[in-house]
Amino acid sequence: MIVSNTGKYTVVSLLVNGSSQDIMIRSADTLLCTLRNQLGLTGAKQACGNGDCGACTVLVDGKPMHSCLLLTMEALNSGITTIEGLRHSPVRQAFVDNWAIQCGYCTPGFIVNGHALVTEHPDAEDERIEEWLQSNLCRCTGYQEIKDAIKSALNANNLLDSNGIDTAEQ
Amino acid sequence: MIPFNFDYFKPETLEEALKIYSSEWKLGKKVIYLSGGTEVITFARGGKMTFDSVIDLKGIPECTMLEMQGDDLVIGAAVTLNRLVESNHFPLLSKTVRTIADHTSRNKITIGGNLMSKLGYREGILPFLITDAIAVVYGPAGTEAMPVDNLAAAELAEGQFLTQVKVAASNLDLPFVSMKRTRSSKVGYPIVSLAALRKEGRIRIAFSGIHEHPFRSAVVEGILNDETIEDQQRIDKAIAKLPTNVTDDFIASKDFRKFVLNKLLTEMNAVWEGSR
Amino acid sequence: MHYGSRTTVGFAEQRIDAVEKSTGNVKYLGDKSFQGMLHAKVATSTEAHARIKSIDTSEAWKVQGVRAIVTGKTFPFPIGPILADRPPIAFDKVRYYGEPIAVIVADHPYQAKQAAGKIVAEYEPLPIVNSVEQAFQKDAPLIHEQSGQYTKLIDNVYPVPGTNIASHVKIRKGEFGKAWAVCKDTISATYSFNLSDHAAMETRTATVEINSDGRVIVHSTSQSPFTIKKIFNQFFNLDVGKVIVHIPMLGGAFGGKGAVQLEPLAYLASNAVGGKLVKLQFEREEDMMTAPCHIGFNATVKLGVNEEGKLIAGQYTFLIEAGAYSDQAAGITRAAALDCTGPYHIPNVWCDSYCMYTNHPYATSFRGYGHPELTFAIERTIDQFADKLQMDPIEFRLLNVIKPGQTTPTQSILTPNNIGDAAKCMTRAKELIGWDGKQPIVSENGLVRAKGVALFWKTSTTSTNAQAGAILKFEADGTVTLTSAAVELGQGTKTILAQIAAERLKMNVSDIHVTMEVNTQYTPHQWRTVASSTTFLAGNAVLAAADDAIRQLKRIGAVALQCSEEDLDVGNGRVYIKAKPDIGINIETVALGYKYPNGHTVGGQVIGIGVHVQRHLTPMDKETGFGDPGPWWSVGAQAVEIEWDESNYHYKIVKAVTVLDGGTIINPMTAAQQMRGGIFLGLSIARGESFEFNEQGVIQNPDLRTYQLMRFGEQPDEYIVEFVETPAEDGPFGARGIGEYGVIGAAAALANGLSLATNVELTQLPLTPELIWRTRRAAYDPV
Ligand SMILES: Cc1cc2nc3c(=O)[nH]c(=O)nc-3n(C[C@H](O)[C@H](O)[C@H](O)COP(=O)(O)OP(=O)(O)OC[C@H]3O[C@@H](n4cnc5c(N)ncnc54)[C@H](O)[C@@H]3O)c2cc1C
Ligand code: FES
Ligand code: FES
Repeated sequence: MIVSNTGKYTVVSLLVNGSSQDIMIRSADTLLCTLRNQLGLTGAKQACGNGDCGACTVLVDGKPMHSCLLLTMEALNSGITTIEGLRHSPVRQAFVDNWAIQCGYCTPGFIVNGHALVTEHPDAEDERIEEWLQSNLCRCTGYQEIKDAIKSALNANNLLDSNGIDTAEQ
Repeated sequence: MIPFNFDYFKPETLEEALKIYSSEWKLGKKVIYLSGGTEVITFARGGKMTFDSVIDLKGIPECTMLEMQGDDLVIGAAVTLNRLVESNHFPLLSKTVRTIADHTSRNKITIGGNLMSKLGYREGILPFLITDAIAVVYGPAGTEAMPVDNLAAAELAEGQFLTQVKVAASNLDLPFVSMKRTRSSKVGYPIVSLAALRKEGRIRIAFSGIHEHPFRSAVVEGILNDETIEDQQRIDKAIAKLPTNVTDDFIASKDFRKFVLNKLLTEMNAVWEGSR
Repeated sequence: MHYGSRTTVGFAEQRIDAVEKSTGNVKYLGDKSFQGMLHAKVATSTEAHARIKSIDTSEAWKVQGVRAIVTGKTFPFPIGPILADRPPIAFDKVRYYGEPIAVIVADHPYQAKQAAGKIVAEYEPLPIVNSVEQAFQKDAPLIHEQSGQYTKLIDNVYPVPGTNIASHVKIRKGEFGKAWAVCKDTISATYSFNLSDHAAMETRTATVEINSDGRVIVHSTSQSPFTIKKIFNQFFNLDVGKVIVHIPMLGGAFGGKGAVQLEPLAYLASNAVGGKLVKLQFEREEDMMTAPCHIGFNATVKLGVNEEGKLIAGQYTFLIEAGAYSDQAAGITRAAALDCTGPYHIPNVWCDSYCMYTNHPYATSFRGYGHPELTFAIERTIDQFADKLQMDPIEFRLLNVIKPGQTTPTQSILTPNNIGDAAKCMTRAKELIGWDGKQPIVSENGLVRAKGVALFWKTSTTSTNAQAGAILKFEADGTVTLTSAAVELGQGTKTILAQIAAERLKMNVSDIHVTMEVNTQYTPHQWRTVASSTTFLAGNAVLAAADDAIRQLKRIGAVALQCSEEDLDVGNGRVYIKAKPDIGINIETVALGYKYPNGHTVGGQVIGIGVHVQRHLTPMDKETGFGDPGPWWSVGAQAVEIEWDESNYHYKIVKAVTVLDGGTIINPMTAAQQMRGGIFLGLSIARGESFEFNEQGVIQNPDLRTYQLMRFGEQPDEYIVEFVETPAEDGPFGARGIGEYGVIGAAAALANGLSLATNVELTQLPLTPELIWRTRRAAYDPV
């Protein structure tokens, strides 16, 4: 059983981007708060704090979640991946290549969610892409280039066979 | 951020959960249960809710199970909406919960939390209302089974919490429709949401969005099953028998909700016709 | 002057901020934390209009960690950018629900928030003005009793004391009355919509620290760093040079971050804790309810034509809803008046544009500055009028489109140089949307396809002395650091400026290092990053700076190469002899001065400085509007194709076309990004965005769940963007502004298409299925 105490801070350890870290938190802290304020991982943003925009998206055991809708206490036994851990994601590069970035505030959330989508459903069709990405709001782009980015990442992914060999070159 | 502090507990058994509840409660604290936590966190942040202690039910096996047991599908209260969709034991339920919130939120929102939500929508309850599902609750009086209908409008007793919902296997694969209309964006609270199925030649139907609680009405159902009158007349008559205080707010006016319902029922009839 | 063929201007150079943004490494203001900083939170009004009887802070003080509580008494003076009518913290009266009544400073954000919830104010409620129409009535409750006494900070603002009119701007061109009397046919229509929100993904944030030597250091998510300095100087009596403003990259702005609201609050908060650094960051709900929003609008448009179908008279009455305070709405009132006709030649114009107070959150600039709003009214009227005259709406537009040689409502004379080619834009948009006459197509399954168009224009209404500066500093390796006060808010301005510098210096863009942040201590003055003025003003400043640098390079080069400056040219990283290009030296050998073999050095660092200021702009005459308010008019046309479902009133936007004449396009990809994002924003607002007020004047949808932006998958299936490039003689490489333009015709085109599909005249926004249903019911099925 996990318990933490009112008013006092609790020391817990959190597994983020593959490394385990000891931190001090309030039980009322959301994961988003902890990542940003305790761990300096500010890639995830708070744009609504209400589960409505996806700017705070991180992966919890591989699944995209709004980190503003998670108490840090709820995430203690899980592996967390943030945008800072996805530097090599093809989705990240696809966002750059497809002009899917303007102000960039929504970008980390989109990339994290898009990365999970491409990983879990390499053959995702329009309907599924839409279902997943509807969780993220962007005010600048109008989504066209974001859609292009996701599709190009999916295509690139499809060109990789199960050994990770780029069949397009063969 | 949440402006107040609280204790967080994550028990591993039903008994433990209740014990914590009682001991905290005796200290005069306000204790709440948490399942997905999405509503607890957002309400606490927005000043709509305060508490001293939280009991997270996600560590209790009974609350996280999702399996067939004998003739029943047993759904733990802490099962996430996406898990329900992906496992697809109960297609009507999958389809209905798939329209709640957004995909990422559905990795966190649980069926128990949706059923116990303080918001009036609780669309996840609709499939249960029309399959005579059983709510299993645990509390100071031990385990108790009750019709899910009891959850629709009433609150649980002090200390009680929902552990599971059971649906008879025979109800899982009936022909169904599930429909939802929103104001403008697809992601959003319903103007009208309905779930319906046909069992033994009769339509069973439940609604969310048009009243302060989700509901299934014997009168409305009776009219919709009355083969002696024509389709459109039946629909008009059923709508005339809705609860008097149809929701009237900025998302949709009362009249528009009735209009949308009318159209959805027509669409539903068309679907049934097609399948006949 | 001739610069040969271009190497970077006109090319799709990758944005210089894209990679860093994709990694999540960019630090927006909310991502920065400073050691020892304290946190502020506002307590807000729970009444829309009331006299404050008392504010009890005693319970709030009991919260652990609270360091200060500031109320309106600390600074009971009104401030504002145009008309000083708004106390930073409500004093004596509250005028909207959500208005700050106190600021709490605490060690941790949650403590400040907890304490804010414990501020208890006692009010004496006053009657609420809950709509702009109500505000305009003679006996409406007064929101500002003292409006006649407010300080005016700029020209062209005319409050009418004893009313809720914060400003009344007039246009009187030709003889409207006479012309109206002889019109062959006329039309009159009224339009309206509520306040709405910018909803930039990044909420507003500011930090302020007051050093022991009196320097005030501000970090802000602002589009107006120098306005912050000006306001602090005017109202807090601080030396302009002592106020240092830092602006990091912004997470979207859309005009909403041009207003100065949080900075004075954070200043008062910091002052209350001995100058310690205080951070004030709005949560989404505050950003929507407390911070300034997008204007509401009510317009009545009357148009008249002669026998040939030419517009000869136009009358326009605009009620611009400012909400509780005038802020930029007073400027928008003027901007809407001076472009009131849209891009049509109308010899007789009568316009009354009113800035109206209501008991709603106050409004500020929004992308387009009054133009998306007036375009909605004008273009819907043009469509209705064409219908009445039995003309094709595009033909009707082309017949009346404004051209060089004609005059604007303020009687500015148009030339081929200061206005783009509106007819060309319209014609191209017509082709791209596949205009097939004004006929909706009904398919078997009850889906109705229809198209709508809109033609628009806008000048850049800057202040008459609006300006920008730029510094190009040469580094030891011959590369260049570009500094300007243009704020990067997603529009790609830094990339554009780098391209302009690289083109003139004949360097690679990758050799131009741009400072992404603004620090007013070393960046030259720039008016503001609004009004689509940055490419023009800052771009021209960069050109001037580049020319200055080139002069210096030649001067030092002439010494090194022992020739005269006139013999030299600069390019490809070298200073060389024009006639013998192989004789020259690398820029790095002169960047920090030229060193002779014996060690003696001449010249010193090359630092190019450039400034550009608007030329010959004038204020408008109070009675007639006569004046030259803007440097140029960009024009464009948009078209939208929709598919409407007759059975459930929902619709889908199939295609969206934008054709803009913004002069030379510096970067086609960032320009297309801007246009696509612009029409998307306009369509999103038109489709579903509006603040919904209850009878107490309280917003019912202050979050992104119930205030619905367009989500992924709801955008048009196809967005087409094209540019007509009629160069502007005095723009950098012929560029005019484009930043705001994509948004301007969106609502109008959508409403025109939907009106056609649904066979009713839609005159309100947002265009929800319920609105269409109600409008049709009223037209066909009156109960
Ligand atoms: C972005 C977003 C969009 C949404 N859109 C919709 C929508 O379209 N339709 C709709 O119906 N809803 C919608 N909701 C509301 C949402 O369904 C509920 O808020 C959510 O279901 C709560 O689930 P949870 O598991 O997170 O609950 P929690 O936050 O854990 O709990 C919710 C409430 O139930 C109580 N509770 C939880 N578990 C139990 C239990 N086992 N026994 C007793 N009490 C319990 C809690 O104390 C709390 O009061 C939306 C929510 C979000 C975040
Ligand atoms: S900040 Fe978490 S969803 Fe918006
Ligand atoms: S790029 Fe600005 S919100 Fe998406």
